[in-house]
Amino acid sequence: MTDYLRPDSLEDALRARDEHPDWLLLAGGTDVMVGFAEKPAPSGVIDVFGLPGLCGVSREPDGTIRIGAATTYADILRSPIVQSDLPALAACVREIGAVQIQARGTLGGNVGTSSPVGDTLPVLLALDARLELASARARREMAYPDFLVGYRKTALAPTEIVAAVRFPVVPGRVQHWRKVGTRKAQAISKVMFAGSASLSPEGKILSPRIALGAVADRPIRVLAAESVLEGQSPSEPLADRARDAVISAIRPITDVRSTAEYRSTVAGNLVRRFVLGLGDAPKA
Amino acid sequence: MKIAFEVNGTAREVDVAPMRRLLDVLREDLHLTGSKEGCGEGECGACTVLLDGVAVNSCLVPVAQVAGHAVRTVEGLASGDMLNAVQQALVTHGGTQCGICTPGIAVCASAILEREPDASRGRLRELLAGNLCRCTGYQRIIDAVADAATRLPERGR
Ligand SMILES: Cc1cc2nc3c(=O)[nH]c(=O)nc-3n(C[C@H](O)[C@H](O)[C@H](O)COP(=O)(O)OP(=O)(O)OC[C@H]3O[C@@H](n4cnc5c(N)ncnc54)[C@H](O)[C@@H]3O)c2cc1C
Ligand code: FES
Ligand code: FES
Repeated sequence: MTDYLRPDSLEDALRARDEHPDWLLLAGGTDVMVGFAEKPAPSGVIDVFGLPGLCGVSREPDGTIRIGAATTYADILRSPIVQSDLPALAACVREIGAVQIQARGTLGGNVGTSSPVGDTLPVLLALDARLELASARARREMAYPDFLVGYRKTALAPTEIVAAVRFPVVPGRVQHWRKVGTRKAQAISKVMFAGSASLSPEGKILSPRIALGAVADRPIRVLAAESVLEGQSPSEPLADRARDAVISAIRPITDVRSTAEYRSTVAGNLVRRFVLGLGDAPKA
Repeated sequence: MKIAFEVNGTAREVDVAPMRRLLDVLREDLHLTGSKEGCGEGECGACTVLLDGVAVNSCLVPVAQVAGHAVRTVEGLASGDMLNAVQQALVTHGGTQCGICTPGIAVCASAILEREPDASRGRLRELLAGNLCRCTGYQRIIDAVADAATRLPERGR
C-alpha cells in the first residue's frame, strides 16, 4: 500500500524527500489525481499542500515578489501584490480551470508538471522569473528557462522541491497575457502568449520578452522576435516583422485541439497585437 | 490509514487507503451517494463538495488531504425536509432535468451565494463554469441561482 506523509514544516518535507526520492510529491492533486488509479501506484506520497513554508505571496527585502510553490491559484488571485505588480500573472490565473481547480491547483504544481500547455509557464518566462529550489542539503536559485530541459522534463533533482517562484519588479514595465482556447473555463489552451517590455521616454521598446505556450515541446521565448523589437518604436511594419519572426521561429504541432497552421497564425497575431498595444502604453 | 474528518457537521472516521478519492469514500464507505461521478477528471463538477466551505472536485481530492477538515456534501444543504434557497429555486425554475449535475450545482451555487450574494448573472456563469450540464442549457440554472440570491434567509425573505 502507498505510504502517506504530511510534513508539518519545509524542513520535514525536505528530509522526507531526501529519504524517499522515489515518492510522489503531491500538492493540490489537480494533475496527479487525474487517472491516478490507472497508473502504477507510487510507493509513497509526500503531501505539501498547505505547507506553511511553501504558501503565500510576499515582497522580499531585495524588491522581488516571492510566491510560495504551494500557493493556490485562489490565493494568488486574492493577493493585492499580484494584482498591482504582476497583472499578467493575475490575468493568466483568472482563466485557469474553474473555481474548483483554482481552490486546489498550485503554481508549484504547474511548474512541476511542466506541460507545454501549462498556462503560467509563459508568464514566468516573460517576467524573468527565477525558481528557488530546495533540498535537505542545499538551496539554489535558477533562472526559469534553465529549468525547462525537454518535453515535461525539468532540471529538478529527485531530492529537490520547488520552494518558490521569484519575480523581479521593474517599475513601468508593460505586461501582457492572452490565451486562445475553445472556451474560457476548463479548456486546454491552443496557444498562450505572455509578453513584457519597457519603454524609453522616446517610446522605444527595451528588453522585450516574447513567450509562447503550446507551440513547442515546452514553453519558449522567441528570441528572434525579441531582437526584432529591441530599441525600436512600435509601428505597424514593426509589428508585422515581429509576427513574421514568430511564425518562422516556431514549429507547432497539429493535434486534437488545433492545427499547426492555426497555432502559427494565432501566435503571430497575438504578438503583432502586443506590439501595436505598446504604441499606446505610457512611456517611462 | 485512519482518517478523521467532519462530514455535514458530524465527526467521522474511516480506515482507508490514503490516496483513495474523497468521492469514493463518501459514496462507498459513508454511503453518501448524492455526490456524482460525471467525468472523474475534474472537468464536470458533478462531484463538487465543500471543503472548509470552498467548492472542490471530490474526484481529485485524495481522502488523506481532508483529515482534520470539514466536508459538506449535497446531503448537508437542506435542514431536515427544508431545502436550502438554491435547491428550492432549482426545483421552482426547472433548473434540473436528468439531475446528474444537480448536486454539484446546488453545492457550488450555495457556496457562491454565501460569499457573493450580489453576484451578477455574468459572474454567476463564471463561478459556475466548472459545473457542466448537458440538459438544461444553463439558462434555468442561472435563473434559479439568481432568484435564490434574493431569498437567502439572512435577507429576511
Ligand atoms: C479540470 C482541470 C482544468 C485544468 N485547467 C488548467 C488550465 O486552465 N491551465 C493550466 O495550466 N492547468 C490546468 N489544469 C492542470 C492543473 O490544475 C495545474 O497544472 C495545476 O497548477 C497543478 O497544481 P497542483 O497543485 O494540483 O499539482 P499536483 O497535481 O499536486 O502536482 C503536479 C506535479 O507537480 C509536482 N509538484 C507539485 N508541487 C511541487 C513542488 N513544490 N516542487 C516540485 N514539484 C512539485 C508533483 O510532483 C506533480 O508531478 C487543469 C486541471 C484540471 C483537472
Ligand atoms: S466527476 Fe469530478 S469533476 Fe467530473
Ligand atoms: S440536468 Fe442533466 S446534466 Fe444537468
